[in-house]
Formats: sequence, C-alpha cells, structure tokens
Amino acid sequence: MASNDFVLGLKCRVCGKLYPKTAARFYCDDDTGPLEVAYDYEKVAPHVSRAKFQARPRNMWRYKELLPLEGEPTVGPQVGGTPLVRADRLAEALGVERLWIKNDAVNFPTLSFKDRVVSVALSKAREFGMRMVGCASTGNLANSVAALGSSAGLETIILVPADLEKTKIYGTAVYGARVIKVAGTYDQVNRLCTQIVQEFGWGFVNVNLRPFYAEGSKTVGFEIAEDLGWRFPQHVVCPMAGGALIGKIYKAFQELHATGIVHHQVTTKMYGAQASGCNPISECVKSGRERHKPIRTPHTICKSLAIGDPADGYFAAQLIRNTGGWAEDVSDAEIVEAMLLLARTEGIFAETAGGTTLAVTKKLIEQGRIPRNEEIVVCITGNGLKTQDAVFEALEEPITIKPTLAEFKALTGLDEPVAEPALV
Amino acid sequence: MAITIQIPPPLREQTGGRAEVEVSGATVQAALADLIRQYPGTATKIFDNGQIRPYINVFVNDEDIRYLDELNTQLTDGVVVALIPAVAGG
Repeated sequence: MASNDFVLGLKCRVCGKLYPKTAARFYCDDDTGPLEVAYDYEKVAPHVSRAKFQARPRNMWRYKELLPLEGEPTVGPQVGGTPLVRADRLAEALGVERLWIKNDAVNFPTLSFKDRVVSVALSKAREFGMRMVGCASTGNLANSVAALGSSAGLETIILVPADLEKTKIYGTAVYGARVIKVAGTYDQVNRLCTQIVQEFGWGFVNVNLRPFYAEGSKTVGFEIAEDLGWRFPQHVVCPMAGGALIGKIYKAFQELHATGIVHHQVTTKMYGAQASGCNPISECVKSGRERHKPIRTPHTICKSLAIGDPADGYFAAQLIRNTGGWAEDVSDAEIVEAMLLLARTEGIFAETAGGTTLAVTKKLIEQGRIPRNEEIVVCITGNGLKTQDAVFEALEEPITIKPTLAEFKALTGLDEPVAEPALV
Repeated sequence: MAITIQIPPPLREQTGGRAEVEVSGATVQAALADLIRQYPGTATKIFDNGQIRPYINVFVNDEDIRYLDELNTQLTDGVVVALIPAVAGG
C-alpha cells in the first residue's frame, strides 16, 4: 500500500478548508493562509507500530506512513537517522541533570536538517513530474537542494542573499546548481522566488512545495521520541528561522500519540531560539504580541536564522505559548561562546544556529524557565564547518616551531617528562 | 494617476484571470479601493475587518509597505503595487 493513502489533503491552517493533495498548491484560495498536509490518523494507526519502524533501515523514511509521498522516496533515501547524543559533560557545564543533543550537524548528505525537508520536497516534485526545482535560501537549504537535486538529475536554480558565507555559496555551486546572488535580504530573495514560482511554475521547495517540504522536519521529532525509548522529552529547544521546524517537531510527537505509538499525552514544552540581531519570533513571545513584527534588515553572524519576516512566525509563537515554553535571543558573542562550549564539552562543531540554540538554552536555564532537574533536548541543525569564519577570531592562532625537541620544550614550558601512563 | 496592481494567482478568479490591473489612487489604500471598485470579489480576499489579511504582503516597487507607511504609503504615477502570498520561505 502506498503511504500516501493516508493523506487526506492539504488543509488551510487559518480556516481549515481542505484542498486536494494532487497539486503543488501552497496557499488557501479564500484567505491566502498557508496549507499543511493532513492525515487520517485512524487509518494510519493499524499500519504502524514500534516494531515495524524499528525493523526498517535507520533513516527518516522508516516513518514513511506519516510522510506525504505517493510512493517510495526517490530522492534522499538515506537521509536522517542522526544520533541523539547524551551530553553529560555539557550538562555538567550548564548545571543540569539530563541533556541530549539531537545532532543533525551530521545529517546526510549536506550536514544540516534541511536534507530531511528537501528529500520529501524533491521526491514530491518528481511525483508531480517537475524537472526544474529551486529554493530561496540562507545557505543550508541551498546546499541541500543542490546536492539532492543533482543526485536526482533535476535542474536546480538557487537564489541566496549576496552577503551569504562563501562556504555556503561554493558548497552549492559545486553540485552544478545555478546559483544567483541577490543584492538584498533573505525576505527579498523569498519574495522574488514567490514571484518566480507564480510566473514559471517551477518546483521551489520552500514556496509551492512548502506544505510537503515542511513535513520532512517531523522526522527530527520521530527520531527524538524513538531514541528516548518511545517517549517525549519534557523540554525541547529549537532554532527558529522561518519558524516551521519547532512546530513540526511538536506535530511529530502529537502524531506518535494519535497513531498509538506513544500512549502518553504530549506535555513537552517547546522553546525557540533566535539571534538578537534577528529576533522577530522571540520578540513576539516575550512582548506578548499576537503577531511578530518583521525585522527589515537582520544584523547577526547567524545568517542561517536571519529571516526577518518568518512565514511560520505566528504559529511558532502560538505553539510556544500553548505548550508553556518560551523564546529567547542571544548576542553574536554569546553564539560564538556557545559554539566553543559545545565543541569543547561534547566534540560537536555546530554552525552559528547551533551556537544560538545552545546559548538560548543556557539563558533559559539561568532564568529558571527550564528546570535543572528535567529532561532537555537541544536541536543542533547544522554543521560548524560551514560557518568557520564565525569562530576564527575566538581561536588562538597556533604557533609554529622548528621540528626540534628544544623548541617544543621552550614553547610548552615542559622540561621534565610529565607523569603519564607509559605508552610502551 | 496610473498605478499597476499585480494580482497573485489566488485572486485572479476575481479579476477575470487578469494578472495585472490598472488603478488610480494617491495611496495604497486608495489604489486597493479602486481595485475593489473594479473587482468587488477581491475585497474579502484582501481585507479582513478592514485590515490586510496576515498572509498577503503588499509591496510598492518591491518594498514591503510594513517598512513604509503601511496603507497610507504614497504612490506616484507609474508605480507597481504587488500583492504576494506571504506563506513561503524558511
């Protein structure tokens, strides 16, 4: 049975109107509200079980009954299945008891969680018969669409803000994608992409394929629950750019409950992390505002989260409030400090967004918003190798010596052998 | 004063399939009022209780009116006002 038999259609998140799942539609005709894939969970339930999921290869597709494809995935069949790392050394540094890192910095193939959403979107694009695909991106998405697009033989066109990190631009062009730098902010790139889609009808993963695309993020939540022994953590801290991921992780927990995989109700509190230089959603939560105020020109080293007018901002803020969580934002210096802390306690080099998420976690713990004795999962969504510029200034330049023992001793100040267990 | 309003696909059913409509008006508010006068079906698609719906963004010559003077943003002859769904990105 094809997994898509369980999809009811695309449902407007504002008015609830249901649209057919057979087209790349992304807004409601009545109120232009965003659409979301809706499933018939009663129909899904008899077809899924813990044993069935666990018997499949360890990647995101083991949960395929809860993903919106008509058939088997044709793009990114090995994406996902990243480690949930018990982070005891980091927990000690933060003064908390139980902490885990969901490490999508090692997601395959392009080292960010975006490979999850892109493999759903591009598999869907192929089901729709699309040949030309693309995206508006702050970097990670660009890398992923380019890599997975090339692996599927699709033509890719990718638009990014012109000031993006060079590594992210090269890491996109290398796959043969047509990369266009746009002199403007991400929100301007995004607006242009919406106009391109309206004009040309290509498959832009985060525009007209967005309802399908966003579903891929749920697999982060499925994996967290499975790796905790099929239960939900008490607190999840998640980075926010467009604001979709945090909602999809929560949706994943709800779906595991709705299909009988996890019997306990979802009581997880969701926390959102942003950089202070681009904090529309955290500002919205902290000020009690109903809707976020867009930020015209973001100023932060955390470019992957620099979306001034997040598409899911309203829903993210609402979810955070409804679950009893909170949102915070942090300075560039705090972001770098947290990147170093994560690297030096757990051996995980996260990109600036990961630094942001960890720095916000630290802040929320210090504020007493996250209790020190409860379970915390921190979502790391991208790899530090892509944003190395951010930490260069914080690192000491290694000193060069001549290849002599004398210089080594002079440099390290070690005259006598140090008492270490004998190596030979 | 000639203003061009670009109509997104979800609203074109109300504009007889037109992707662009010529209107007049000295402000965004006035231009949209003229659009609604010509195509009354667009009213409830664009506005909800007198406010622009949250998932429609309005741009004047590619600048979001929330960074200008919102509905009071002044228009000059020949400008393009684009209505664009706000549900993409991220």
